[in-house]
Amino acid sequence: MIRFEQVSKRLGGRIVLDEINYTIEPGETFVIVGASGAGKSVSLKHMVRLLSPDSGRVWVGEDCVSEARGDNLDRIRERFGFLFQSAALMQWLNVGDNVGLPLRMKKDMSDDAIDELVREKLAMVNLAEAFEKHPGELSGGMRKRVGLARAIITDPEIILYDEPTSGLDPVTSRTIDQLIDRLRVELGVTSIVVTHDLHSALAIGTRIAMLNEGKMVEVATPEEFVKSKNEFVQGFLAAQYITTRGDWEKAESA
Amino acid sequence: MGRNTLLTLRNTGIAMLMLFEAFRDIPYMISIRHRHDVLHQQFLTAIKSLGVITVVALFTGMILALQTGLELRRFGQEVYIGSAVTVVMLREMGPFMTALIIAASVGSAMSAQIGTMTVSEEISALEVMAIKPVRYLVTPRLVAMITMMPLITVYTNIIGVVGGAVVGQTQLGVSITAYMDNATQFAENKDLYVGLLKSVIFGIIIATVACHQGFSTTQGAVGVGRATRKTVVVSFLIILTTGYMITRLFYQ
Ligand SMILES: Nc1ncnc2c1ncn2[C@@H]1O[C@H](COP(=O)(O)OP(=O)(O)OP(=O)(O)O)[C@@H](O)[C@H]1O
Ligand SMILES: [Mg+2]
Repeated sequence: MIRFEQVSKRLGGRIVLDEINYTIEPGETFVIVGASGAGKSVSLKHMVRLLSPDSGRVWVGEDCVSEARGDNLDRIRERFGFLFQSAALMQWLNVGDNVGLPLRMKKDMSDDAIDELVREKLAMVNLAEAFEKHPGELSGGMRKRVGLARAIITDPEIILYDEPTSGLDPVTSRTIDQLIDRLRVELGVTSIVVTHDLHSALAIGTRIAMLNEGKMVEVATPEEFVKSKNEFVQGFLAAQYITTRGDWEKAESA
Repeated sequence: MGRNTLLTLRNTGIAMLMLFEAFRDIPYMISIRHRHDVLHQQFLTAIKSLGVITVVALFTGMILALQTGLELRRFGQEVYIGSAVTVVMLREMGPFMTALIIAASVGSAMSAQIGTMTVSEEISALEVMAIKPVRYLVTPRLVAMITMMPLITVYTNIIGVVGGAVVGQTQLGVSITAYMDNATQFAENKDLYVGLLKSVIFGIIIATVACHQGFSTTQGAVGVGRATRKTVVVSFLIILTTGYMITRLFYQ
């Protein structure tokens, strides 16, 4: 579905991605973990050509997204939903208009039909009551969930989540995890999730990848990931009290 | 030096391409479905600065009347302040003062808003949703400027002429009727039209500079401040030079 081919990227005089290679299969929930500044957000941005590699290529299905332009690029981007780390909501639009924006600008749908869809998606992220509010009146976690509702409003086949549960309480975090897992099981959505929360990574991931200093140091299923011998993975696991016995469980799909 | 020149040329090119794209999308954005965005921008453009504009226009007219009136009085020709104030307001000061104030208030707000959107990934979010940022953000602002600038300029002209009349009446002993008679006798339609043409062009300049600076913002809040400042300075310079050239073109 998505393939990184020898991708290198320099930003601000530093090598952020260093000849990265990996493939994400359709229907996977591919989780990327790694220290702050490791290049996780930069990786996601390469998948929709918000950044393009200095060398190497990024493929989405049969299309080379890293060289696409114009209408071609728009067509590829329409297959994606993207939850930004900062949520990136339009400050002057209320929550409902923010979530419905892609439909209002792109599709020939009536306003009523758009509103109905928006309410449905807001309910999925437990924010049904926030429709009329403005982003400035919401907490960080609520804004994140509005961003999530916007990312799934067009029912995309691939969804990129940049730290979907950071800043959320544990209970809401698990609701979001279940939502991500449900989209995979019920609709076959391919998800790429960047997170610092290893518990949620282990719960929802079909595979987990660890980025460190521009390199993929580990790509493995959750079962293998907790047993990894890699020192960075070990450090990451230990820091979140996860032992190699693997005391964690899979998320329940609704 | 050579590098700066190249950079300026490159930025001008990018801004012109953006302007071209914005013009091309006007039919789309004024369709019933999206007209709301345009109306909102028109409202912001016209209402936000009306207070300041009123004061500035009034005093511009008053100063013009007083300065020329005092000179003319030496020849006993005070009544000519009517045409002096009106012609100068219509041709030059009306569009010019309006443009400076709109650039400083509306233009700077525009670039601050788009700049903030750029540094907080909102522009990226639009791109990923396959919504063209130029169409969605620049076109409504451009249409608002093109339509509202002439209207505000007419308002400025009227207030300026009234200001002149007040000074004429109170300081120079020129009655309102004499003032208006003199004004209508010498001011031509051409003066009004050239002024309005200027105002439209100034509006396009402000929208282009403000949006271009907004999109080129880097480095967080500091960058937004820099973009805002550059918007005001660059628009002022271009408005001044373009204003002079238009005057040259029509009045040899
Ligand atoms: N536009 C940019 N210009 C310059 N440097 C950048 C830019 N974007 C990212 N970087 C640099 O690239 C590196 C990776 O950034 P990235 O945002 O991918 O980190 P991350 O892994 O998402 O971290 P976090 O967990 O904190 O979000 C950082 O060192 C950052 O400073
Ligand atoms: Mg990040």
